[in-house]
Amino acid sequence: MRKIYFDHSATTPVDDRVLEKMLPFFSTTFGNPSSIHNYGREARMALNAARENLASLIHAAPDELIFTSGGTEADNLAIKGLAFHPNNQRRHIITTSVEHHAVLNVCKYLEQRGFHVTYLPVDQYGMVSPDKLTEHISEDTFLISIMHANNEVGTINPIQEIGAIAREHGICFHSDAVQSFGKIPIDVNALNVDLLSISAHKIYGPKGIGALYVRKGIPLQKLNHGGHHEYERRAGTENVPAIIGFEMAASLCQDNLPAETEQIAHLRNNLQTQILARIPRVHLNGHPAQRLPGHLNLSFEGVEGEALLLSLDLKGIAASSGSACTAGTTENSHVLLAMGIKPFLAQSAIRFTLGRMNSSADIEYTVEVLPEIIERLRKISPF
Amino acid sequence: MKHKEVVAVALSGGVDSSVAAALLVEQNYSVIGLTMQLWNHPEVAHAPQYAHSNHALTTINDARAVCQQLGIPHYVINIEAVFEEQIIQEFIEEYLAGRTPNPCVRCNYLIKWGALLQRAQQIGATKFATGHYVRCEYNPQRQRYVLLKGLDTQKEQSYVLWRLTQAQLAQTIFPVGHFTKAAVRQKAKALGLKIARKSESQEICFIPDNDYEHFLLAKRPELIEQLQQGEVINEEGRVLGFHRGYPFYTIGQRKGLRVAAGHRIYVNKIDPLTNRIYVGRREKIFSKGLRALNVNWVALDGNFKSMSVTAKIRYKDPGFPAILEPVNTNEILLHFLEPQKSVTPGQSVVFYQGDELVGGGIIENALS
Repeated sequence: MRKIYFDHSATTPVDDRVLEKMLPFFSTTFGNPSSIHNYGREARMALNAARENLASLIHAAPDELIFTSGGTEADNLAIKGLAFHPNNQRRHIITTSVEHHAVLNVCKYLEQRGFHVTYLPVDQYGMVSPDKLTEHISEDTFLISIMHANNEVGTINPIQEIGAIAREHGICFHSDAVQSFGKIPIDVNALNVDLLSISAHKIYGPKGIGALYVRKGIPLQKLNHGGHHEYERRAGTENVPAIIGFEMAASLCQDNLPAETEQIAHLRNNLQTQILARIPRVHLNGHPAQRLPGHLNLSFEGVEGEALLLSLDLKGIAASSGSACTAGTTENSHVLLAMGIKPFLAQSAIRFTLGRMNSSADIEYTVEVLPEIIERLRKISPF
Repeated sequence: MKHKEVVAVALSGGVDSSVAAALLVEQNYSVIGLTMQLWNHPEVAHAPQYAHSNHALTTINDARAVCQQLGIPHYVINIEAVFEEQIIQEFIEEYLAGRTPNPCVRCNYLIKWGALLQRAQQIGATKFATGHYVRCEYNPQRQRYVLLKGLDTQKEQSYVLWRLTQAQLAQTIFPVGHFTKAAVRQKAKALGLKIARKSESQEICFIPDNDYEHFLLAKRPELIEQLQQGEVINEEGRVLGFHRGYPFYTIGQRKGLRVAAGHRIYVNKIDPLTNRIYVGRREKIFSKGLRALNVNWVALDGNFKSMSVTAKIRYKDPGFPAILEPVNTNEILLHFLEPQKSVTPGQSVVFYQGDELVGGGIIENALS
């Protein structure tokens, strides 16, 4: 049976070239970078080079990058790191209602510890308004955390503008760029960010590695104590093979920008157009233009999202609803609800995220099988 | 070479449903495994002392492993909200009304053959299967689907399926109904299914350790105060003492009464309005018949004046002879040939003719 992967936002396969670059670091250049002998030195050199390259991709300095176990840890480190630093006397955080749970749940955790959090609303496209932000800034605000692009609908926020406001008020600005890194250009200076989370497994790199960009001078409370790694900011022997892979994956994305993203957007637009043409009562969720190139989030009226996903899976098509992290629950997506999408439409939403694995044959097959599935589900569904 | 229909099998992670799935695969059906997620009590799901029971996450993992072994897709269907609303809340309300519910009967009819069956249809299944020890045959003369007891008289489970409608039965396959439990275990072993040695689960799936008293009080903490000082009244109308709260007793109960009476006493009536339990001699818990509502007709359509049947008023009841008298489509009277013990409102009464399940209902009251 044909297998089609439309879930690149959940994760991506490791690119062959990335895997090839990683392999020597498992058994040949395997040393602990902290060791003084030759094995260590070799690993250290490779690690340094990777750090430097990766940092330069976002226009950061090498010592402004902290490697973590992934995007979630980077978000945790950014928010808790600022909140718990002994110099921080303030207690107010501003974030949005559509952040990933790796940001939202950290905020909820901090609320239980005496911090106050404002969750900014979003418009019908899932976008944050800089005006709304200004309204909520106070003397007590020490952090603004607003994601660069949303994982569920792909909407891209006006980070540059938001960053400028944060700068104006002297407040630290963090952005979760896990979905946007590698797909749209990121320059931490142009974007006015102080902290930025990125992850490898969303960009054809290995799972288990991410990074937090921390602008020089920002004080962060260490969360992982132990050795002196990552400039005393995050203890733990460096995952050299993964870091090498991360850098390679990121470089490949950079090299392919904008040709690859244009191609993916082209396929995505094709899929969108054909679905909307062949199937009635379908709604696009997210901004039609200010959107990541691979994202297509659609609500199919009268169809239960889960039933659709399972039906697609049985036809070999992999997609998701909500985010992968919350699959298996029947809760409505907090993102769609925050966008004001009615529950019955939120419940019928499916997320297709296209990427390097897709071709026009995938689109053709999908538009062939989808209408029949929708028809069947509309006949049986309760609503 | 899969040419037959698509069947969705309700997998509990246990031996019976797993073997049911295996048999269907052997019979060349396109099989999909579905496991229901009905409730989520994290304190129980991960606790090591419950790992053997069907409360643990292991049930889902076991079902998943079986499907991987059989090479069929497996999905976990979350039906928590509906289950809470239609089964758990109803369960509590029944106890509060002084009745003794049977949630498994209701769950089969409303959840398994309800929300789960619907999901199965949505993903393209045209047939539905479970591991119940029952048989189902279409009777062309009567033009009805007839539920028959499973061949294994010890294990047969038709009692919990009396509410299934003709429409539900028309779509269902019961692969293990023709086997004995021993044969099913053998089959599981032969297939090398990891769950072959799993022990039987007799509890209500959403109540750990069958401690429904604890469960009720946890769900409705306001009851703790309300249920205080409930009187235990004897046949002469005298107050013998106090009980723990009327929902925690059932008709025919002898143990746990905590009152002295000089002779053996049994609960013969429960009054929720006054929080009173009435007790008396053993003779008092016998009845000559019962009235049942919410009647469902299976093998026959209930269009007769009266009929001799074998009736069961409990799951483990061996069955006794009785005369069945339909009052209307929704109500029956059952007259026992011999007085029967502990007719319990809320429990199911099921009537058979030989191996055929004629129909059933929910006991409303005993006839004295």
